[in-house]
Amino acid sequence: MNQVDRNPDPEAERMRIIRGRNRVFGVLLIGFAVLIFAISIAKMA
Amino acid sequence: MTTTTAQALPAEWRDFFALTKPRVMSLVIFTGLCGLLAAPDHINPVLGFTAILCIAVGAGGAAALNQWWEADIDAGMKRTAARPLPAGRMDRTSARDFGIGLSVGSVLLMGLAIGWLAAAILALSIVYYAVIYTIWLKPRTPQNIVIGGGAGAFPPLIGWVAATGDITAMPVLLFAIIFFWTPPHFWALALFVKTDYAKVGIPMMPVVAGETSTRRQILAYAVLLLPLSALPWFIGGTGAVYGVSALVLSTGFLLLSLRVGLRQRASEDDTMKPEKQLFGYSIVYLFALFAALVADHWLVQGAIA
Repeated sequence: MNQVDRNPDPEAERMRIIRGRNRVFGVLLIGFAVLIFAISIAKMA
Repeated sequence: MTTTTAQALPAEWRDFFALTKPRVMSLVIFTGLCGLLAAPDHINPVLGFTAILCIAVGAGGAAALNQWWEADIDAGMKRTAARPLPAGRMDRTSARDFGIGLSVGSVLLMGLAIGWLAAAILALSIVYYAVIYTIWLKPRTPQNIVIGGGAGAFPPLIGWVAATGDITAMPVLLFAIIFFWTPPHFWALALFVKTDYAKVGIPMMPVVAGETSTRRQILAYAVLLLPLSALPWFIGGTGAVYGVSALVLSTGFLLLSLRVGLRQRASEDDTMKPEKQLFGYSIVYLFALFAALVADHWLVQGAIA
């Protein structure tokens, strides 16, 4: 993303970035939990 | 004012993703997957996926550490100036912590889920790239690419070891193929981006030893690569599908290297077409060679079944 695309309000821009990061982190966390669950089943098989 | 605002903002998740060098990672994932699929032992698909994920995340961590260390160098080169750190979209501490987190996490997960031999080789590959190559060799010797090429050669070895739990001649040969492929691949690139490397003081071969010497060395490695790539067939580790593919692909590599090795830059305005062709072909070469390895394994296995 370049500087031109950024929101002119720094606080709104900051919140947008943090929301985006939280969403991605949440998805990764869920994915990791599912992976650990699947690994446990695979190791037991 | 805009710059101050941009620096105060946290980095976007896309910048963290960019820090892992996704384009390089695609080759790492592919060769790691080929090592895993070409191995004689079967691995549970979930564990196989986990092994490849660990290889990819480990490579991403090493790439983040590389960019953390080289932020100043990257800022001086046109090709890398837009990366998150030199462009000022991320602070160095975040990049370092992200790199360490990915590296440690990938090794731990590999050890716990797959095995500690594969985890140890993964850890070695990360240290090899982030410390031996990036911090130690790259700024000191024009042989940086030769020795540092070992870092990129680890994925098929790790994939193989993840599937078998053992190191044999075949995965070591796969390691050697990528090791010998790396110098001509990168030196072809260094020949047509020479100005950038010279500007930031990185002793790439064309800058230190000159173009003529670099061209001869590209040719020497291409000559060595021809028999080496066919060696898995000669020792009985693969069938004819891989063997013939390796000979055909490596002959093409050698012919393109001959054009680069035996020519001189016509003028400063030279388009460097043969060098760009060799660089492009070298990427296709590695993908095709490893695809042939897997195809050969599955065809032979299918025939036996």
